[in-house]
Amino acid sequence: MSELSVNHLLGIKYLNKKDISLIFETADHFKEVINRSIKKVPTLRDITIANIFFENSTRTKLSFELAEKRLSADVVNFSAGQSSVKKGETLIDTVNNILSMKVDMVVMRHPNPGAGIFLSQHVKASIVNAGDGAHEHPTQALLDSFSIREKLGDVGGKNVVIVGDILHSRVALSNIFALKLQGANVKVCGPKTLIPKHIESLGVGVETNLKKALEWCDVANMLRVQNERMDISYFPSTREYTQQFGVNKELLNSLDKQIVIMHPGPINRGVEITSDVADSDQSIILHQVENGVAVRMAVLYLLASKIK
Amino acid sequence: MSQKVLLTSKEINIILHRLACQLMENHLDFKDTALIGIQPRGVFLAERLVKILKKEYKIKHIDLGFLDITFFRDDFGRGEILKANTTQMNFLVEDKKVVFIDDVLYTGRSIRAALTAIQSFGRPSNIELLTLIDRRFSRHLPIQPTYRGRQVDAINKEKVKVMWQENDGEDKVYLVSK
Repeated sequence: MSELSVNHLLGIKYLNKKDISLIFETADHFKEVINRSIKKVPTLRDITIANIFFENSTRTKLSFELAEKRLSADVVNFSAGQSSVKKGETLIDTVNNILSMKVDMVVMRHPNPGAGIFLSQHVKASIVNAGDGAHEHPTQALLDSFSIREKLGDVGGKNVVIVGDILHSRVALSNIFALKLQGANVKVCGPKTLIPKHIESLGVGVETNLKKALEWCDVANMLRVQNERMDISYFPSTREYTQQFGVNKELLNSLDKQIVIMHPGPINRGVEITSDVADSDQSIILHQVENGVAVRMAVLYLLASKIK
Repeated sequence: MSQKVLLTSKEINIILHRLACQLMENHLDFKDTALIGIQPRGVFLAERLVKILKKEYKIKHIDLGFLDITFFRDDFGRGEILKANTTQMNFLVEDKKVVFIDDVLYTGRSIRAALTAIQSFGRPSNIELLTLIDRRFSRHLPIQPTYRGRQVDAINKEKVKVMWQENDGEDKVYLVSK
């Protein structure tokens, strides 16, 4: 039997190592499928999926929608901006209304941490968390690890540094869980104000010197500074942030090895990485985007197979 | 649980040679033909046949592909989910004569899935089916093999197990009754 240990994908925290291997093995096959001239398989033709986004998203929403359509699922899209949420409807009411139209799965992004978990306890549908506040973004972490595995052969034993705004980043937290589960060594690097206290308790190292961090790592995952989540000033200026924590070609060339550069997008070119780094051979940013569809197909396929 | 031998290694060898000859009769030099092993167990049979055709009948080149049908099955969400396998098709099947190769033909549902799956790789000029064991009277769909190794009458409770030297350590076909 090859199935996930969970009925929802709420966070990497709830998965085990076997789940991640199963998702990756399945995603390998879907990657082959999406590179065919006909990129579609009929597997989920009797499954309906609602994409409910209470927060803006381009890449993740598009990637999920493509994954769903490649699997032949029926898809309904819902954005909070144009909905009755504005009229005061609660989350459970909104989702239950959608579910009464016979929807089997819900892919949800929500600004509040734990929204997916809350929903999974109150509605009868398989929930996929597409990002909940600063909590988790499991599919992003899965596609990041999948991309590392594709590039370097394995995630276990690799040194990975996550650079930038760790405090506000759900990508960072999910990545830490996923990488540690697979046996990678993880460090975080950024301004002290953007690194949460006690992060060492998750088994990660802290480095505030970017050059040292890059010399140590095999992979650097560069995060965006999330200005929209900052209510106070965490560093003096963007220019100063870039000087201390931005990666440019000169810095990469000064290292004695070739490291892999990743970014979950959207990139602020010239802030966390310069254009020549983002577009260089060392960057696997666009592979991450391609792999995102395959990994999401795998997640949806494996969860849908558990719907009774 | 008891099992009896349906085919011995010697019998399998004779049948494989016969099937290879029957394929040659219809496909000559295999120029416009693609042999496609259905994953997972049809692959061994397909590889065996290609080996015989190349080594003993001096066919120079044969297009051999492996087709996984997991995502095209009609029983998704209705039972155990099988693990997907690799699809390996390094050629287009457009206008080619395709031969599906599988070890056992039972309900015909796998072949139905394969007929859908192959459409992702082009429109073959025609499709044939080769199977080592044909469990007649068990079909759910109107599908019959073009080439068959041995016809077997087995009731639904019984299982036909095909073993291959390279995977299972011996060439043998068993009928297992639960």
